[in-house]
Formats: sequence, C-alpha cells, structure tokens
Amino acid sequence: MLKFENVFKRYAETGDVLKNISFHLKRGEITFLTGHSGAGKSTLLKLIGLMERASRGQIILDGQSFNALNERHVPYIRRKMGFIYQDYKLLQDRTVFDNVALPLVIAGYGHHEVARRVRASLDKVGLLGKEKKFPLALSGGEQQRVGIARAVVNKPPLIIADEPTGNLDPELSAEIMLLFEQFQHVGVTILIASHDISLIEQMNHRVLRLDHGQLVAG
Amino acid sequence: MKQVDKYKPKKKPQQKPDIRQNTRAGGSFFDRLKAYRDQHAQNLFSSLGRLVSMPFTSIMTIGVLALAIALASGFYLVVVNLQQLTSGLEASNQISLFMRDEISEAHAKKYAESIRKNPNVQQVTVITKQQAMDEFKHFSGFGEAIEVLEKNPLPVVIEVLPKDSLVDKDVLTQLLEEFKKATEVDFAQMDLVWVERLQSIVYTAKLVAILLAILLGFAVFFIAGNTIRLEIHDRRHEIIISKLVGATNSFIQRSFMYTGFWIGFLSGVFAWFIVTFILLIVRPSVENLSGLYEGSFHLLFFSYSETLVLLFASTGLAVVGSWLVLHFQIKQLQPE
Ligand SMILES: Nc1ncnc2c1ncn2[C@@H]1O[C@H](COP(=O)(O)OP(=O)(O)OP(=O)(O)O)[C@@H](O)[C@H]1O
Ligand SMILES: [Mg+2]
Repeated sequence: MLKFENVFKRYAETGDVLKNISFHLKRGEITFLTGHSGAGKSTLLKLIGLMERASRGQIILDGQSFNALNERHVPYIRRKMGFIYQDYKLLQDRTVFDNVALPLVIAGYGHHEVARRVRASLDKVGLLGKEKKFPLALSGGEQQRVGIARAVVNKPPLIIADEPTGNLDPELSAEIMLLFEQFQHVGVTILIASHDISLIEQMNHRVLRLDHGQLVAG
Repeated sequence: MKQVDKYKPKKKPQQKPDIRQNTRAGGSFFDRLKAYRDQHAQNLFSSLGRLVSMPFTSIMTIGVLALAIALASGFYLVVVNLQQLTSGLEASNQISLFMRDEISEAHAKKYAESIRKNPNVQQVTVITKQQAMDEFKHFSGFGEAIEVLEKNPLPVVIEVLPKDSLVDKDVLTQLLEEFKKATEVDFAQMDLVWVERLQSIVYTAKLVAILLAILLGFAVFFIAGNTIRLEIHDRRHEIIISKLVGATNSFIQRSFMYTGFWIGFLSGVFAWFIVTFILLIVRPSVENLSGLYEGSFHLLFFSYSETLVLLFASTGLAVVGSWLVLHFQIKQLQPE
C-alpha cells in the first residue's frame, strides 16, 4: 500500500532530517510512528502528504511513485489520504457540517450525496446532531472527532495522523484509538505519529521508531 | 473499491493509470455536471454574501472603482454629446460676408446681385442691419441693453451658399479669397472653418476620453487585483486547509473569481447610476442653453449597448485583475 525505499530528507539549514528510511505499510494495518522530539516524525508524514518531497530514494503509494508526480497531480494524491492533526485544523467560521463536507465538495459531489456522506461520517464518530455547531462550541475531543470525520468522509485508503491525541486526556485518547481500529476493520491503512508511549504499549500494533532521523525499529 | 471511470477517453489503455482515478465524484455525467453547476452557484452567492458581511470594506472598494469607472464613462458621454452638437453642422459650407461699415444696404444689395451671377453660388441672402439687430436681440437676451445704443453697430451681412456640388475645399477657399478681395467686404468667413475647429476640439476630447478610459481601466484592474490579494490573505487558512484535503488551485481560484466578478459588476452598476444622476442634474440647464441658440439639442444618456459595454468592461477588467493575482498567489500557499 505505502512503501518507503531508502528515503532521505535534507533541509539546507538542518542537514539530513531523515536518513535512509525504508518500510512497507500493508493494507488494513495500524502502525505507530514514534521517537523523541525532533526525530523526524512530522517530516516523514509530510513526505507522505506531499507537503515536502524526498531528497533521495522513493515513496510509492498504491504502485504510484511520488518521484514521477508533478505539482498538478498532488491534489489528487492527497484525496487518497485523510490527515488528522493535533490542532485539528478546522475552519472556525464554518459549521461542523461544512468542515466535514469540504473534501466532498472539492471532489465534486452533488449536495444530496454530500449530505448523505457527511451524516454517515459524523455518525461513525458519534457526532450526529452537532452538524450546525461551530468548532469553537465543541470540546477538544469533539473537535478532534470532527477532524477525523473530515479525514474519512471520502473513504480514503490511507489515514495519516500527527499526534492525534496530543491535546486529549487518556480516556478520550483511548476512544479515538478505538475509532481508528474500527476504520482498520474496513481495510483502511493508518499511520499514527505519537510519543505517547503508554498509549502505544496499551495497543498491540506495529511500531516504527525513529531516532535522529534513522529508523531503529519496525 | 475499483471503479472504472466510464467517461475517460481510453487513449492509452492500461499503460499509465490515471492519477486522478477514484479521487473524484463518480455518478453519471449529468450528476457531475449538476454538482459542478451547484458549486458555481454556491460560489456566486457565497462571494456576494462575503461582500455583504463586510459592508465597510466592500463599500470602500466598490466606491473607488465606481468613481473611476464613472469618470471614464462620464467623460465619454460628454464627448458623445459634443459630437452630436457638431454633427448637425457638418454639411454647412456657407460663407458669411461682413460688409464694411460705410456700405449702405442698397449698395450691399447691388453687390449681392453680382455674386448671384457667380456659377459656383447657389443662394445669396442679404441680412440688413435691422434684421441682424432683431435676431441678436431675440437670441442673445441682451435686448434691453441694446435699445440704449443710439446707432446700430451691426454691419450688413451677405450669406452666400455655394453650390452643393462644390465640395472641394481648395475651390471653396479660392471662392472665399475672391470675396475677400472685393472692396465692399470687410471680412469673409467660411462656416466650415469654425466647424472644423469645433470638430478638432471634439477629436481631441475623444482622444483624451480614450486615454482616460485606458488609465482608469488599469486602475480598475489593479484595485480589483489588490482587493483579491487582501482577501486571499484573510482566507489563507481556508486555502491551506482546502489544499490539505485535495483542492486543486483552480478549485480555490474559482471561489475568489466570483468576488472579482461581483466587485467589477457592482462598480459598473454604481458608475452607471452616478453618471446618469449627474446628467439628470445638468440636463435642464444644458437644454435651456441650447434653446437659446435655436438648437434642437437633447442630452444623450447611456444607450442600451453602451450600458452593456460599460458593465462588460468593468466586470471583465476586475475579473482579469483578480485572475492574475490568483494565478500567482494561490500557488504559493501550501500546507505545511
Ligand atoms: N522546514 C524545515 N526546515 C528546516 N528544518 C526543519 C524543517 N522542518 C523540520 N525541520 C527539522 O527537522 C527535524 C525533525 O523535525 P520534525 O518536526 O519532523 O520532528 P518530530 O519528530 O515531529 O518532533 P515532535 O515530536 O517535536 O513533533 C528537526 O530537527 C527540525 O528542526
Ligand atoms: Mg511533530
């Protein structure tokens, strides 16, 4: 599903942030990406989301090498992924419904289809009935679930989460993890960057560990 | 999961999978067309909604644009009206001969007879001192002041209308020179000369109007572009998040284009009202003035086609200005 082959990422200011990274994520697998602060976790996720390009090596998603892509293709590749962030990245001046609908509107769905899928997605994260609320009127856990609903609304095969539980208490974090496992059961591949060791140990999933830009376990 | 896009032309089968496959809404062609149309309609109204939600900023922008457009189109209408004024005079190649002061009316009439024999002349009219005075009193509005004068100061005038077939300017000038040589004539003037002068003034005004329209057109272009630039800045968060969930540059550009459309269109509409309003204010005095000169002058307002051109030009300039800014700036905003 997602393959890294000897990937390097170099920044002019900081040098090699990722060094010779190789791994393979299989369909329907949950994987944690962990490591100390500054280890390169977010950078690795940015390479997957095409916010940054690898300096060397290649990344292959569903048989498509990222090296062969030009800027024009990036939006379409991103539609195959759902992104979840620690700070949710919601639009504060849009309702929950509009936030979740955004990927569908962008993909060109008609409004009946949009409404149907948004409701299905909100139902999955347990927020049905909060469509008309604005993000600021929701708790942190609820906002994160809006973020998740938006990430999965157009059924992407891959979900990328960067510290999704960073702002949540352990109980809410466990709830979010259960949600991820539900997506896993329908064949979604999930990569979660986190340094919440207790949470990771609590769950029995594959772990990729980064140390100063090098993969030391996985 | 695998779903074949029926409507994609299959030129290169199997070789290179379309990267966009499975990333766009499925459904029939008409479903997608409808969704696309809905999206445009939604953009059209949401951009108007945004303008209305920030009335102060919108009024400032549209006000500046409307004034610029009103200035250019108003000046254009002034030229159109001047042109109307001179076009009525175009045909006249009449020559006016002003008799010397000491020439009596009888003498002038005898001289007029001699002119009548000239083969180039079609019609000769003698205007006596008294006729000239009456006419002057009637049209100048100085009637009473003139009563005071003891002696009629106006000369006898002979109006000569050359044959219609005589259109060559050189021949006309030659005729004029002939009259000038006569001892009876104080000075001779061809109406054509001042018509020409007026026409060259109108021509100059036209040129100024065109240059003004070009300059103010650029102003509209830049102001619209700058407005969009500010809006991009205000909504950069939204742009970045949209890109994060797979928005193309053109998808984002579209929603901003409608802002450009609205400010251009609304500015055009306001400019139309500003100019029309000013014309309504000056109309009574202009028509009164023309009445004094026996004119049948009616102030011209924007015609239907001119209104259309005005709206198209202002909308078009704003849209192009917006597009250029969008083209360069939307690319630069990327999620991190
Ligand atoms: N745009 C950039 N330009 C230069 N250096 C960068 C850039 N982004 C990240 N880095 C460097 O790359 C290294 C890894 O950063 P990254 O954000 O990937 O770490 P992380 O593992 O996500 O850390 P944290 O757990 O604190 O989020 C850091 O040393 C950082 O300074
Ligand atoms: Mg990070």
